[in-house]
Amino acid sequence: MEALKQEVRIECPDSGCMITLPVGTEMGEIIVSPETGAELEVISLNPPRLDYAPQEEEDWGE
Amino acid sequence: MKIGFLYTRLRPEEKLLLEALRKRKNVEVIKISDSHSVFNLDSVQKVDVLYERSLSFSRGIYISRIFESNGTKVINSSSVAEICGDKYLTSQVLVNAKIKTPRVLMAFTEEMALEAIEILGYPCVMKPVVGSWARLVTKINDRTSAESIIEHKKVLGNYQHSIFYLQEYIDKPGRDIRAFVIDGYTICAIYRTSDHWITNTARGGKASNCPVTDELATICKVTSDAIGGGILAIDLFETETGLVVNEVNHTMEFRNSIDTTGVNIPEKVVDYILKC
Repeated sequence: MEALKQEVRIECPDSGCMITLPVGTEMGEIIVSPETGAELEVISLNPPRLDYAPQEEEDWGE
Repeated sequence: MKIGFLYTRLRPEEKLLLEALRKRKNVEVIKISDSHSVFNLDSVQKVDVLYERSLSFSRGIYISRIFESNGTKVINSSSVAEICGDKYLTSQVLVNAKIKTPRVLMAFTEEMALEAIEILGYPCVMKPVVGSWARLVTKINDRTSAESIIEHKKVLGNYQHSIFYLQEYIDKPGRDIRAFVIDGYTICAIYRTSDHWITNTARGGKASNCPVTDELATICKVTSDAIGGGILAIDLFETETGLVVNEVNHTMEFRNSIDTTGVNIPEKVVDYILKC
């Protein structure tokens, strides 16, 4: 699956709150936890899974 | 046409670019994650063009070279990315092309870094040669702070902290200019305004539309030609003697600039990729 075909509710791995992944969400997309502000990465679409996004590295940027 | 889309994270920019690519007829997009892929030196995924949007400078360079070595066109090319991603190389190319840019001195020991700072005078600016979003960019106001900053760099240990890139400080009018340049043509530009001397929008600078004057278009064309073309974001300072090029970016962020300028930047980028 390239992107979510329907909206999905999923538990935030940081706070346990529920996060809505909208239609069109893709693998690798960054979602911000609405409760803690933690950056989460979509690591699977089927089933939908979130994990902490990798920490910014020294050579990251534009 | 098959477009490989190399990415680290799908930020708003990547989502907009993917959306613009997928809307086009006869375009197949193949997403390639630089975090979750293995790259074989003598066979790569068959794509007509690899569009490089890695957040990581080093990953982008290596993967671009692998694809180029296997005959795939990469946008931006590894040579353009290499120049833009290393502030020394950018400055050297600008100096060689006689494009107005702040004076830069390089030094490789603490003693010589201090001497270079004294030559430039106070204030001056120290930057890591590789880095972005104004990380570790430091304004040095006097000798005491110079000594202290150099000592900190020494203690940090990484060899890159012993490459001292020291730049003349430009007293800008509370803002700088970011120009979005595709194939040498300036499609739009923004002012980045801040009370802080760092005006980067990633650090709180506010974006507003900047008209593309003849002077801006000309210096951006010359800069793009010197760097090697492609899709660039050129940062400039306004001075009493005209525009000065500060930095050039090869995987530009533009989320704050579409509404601000009224120019659909991702569509222009896609037009260029499909033309290549």
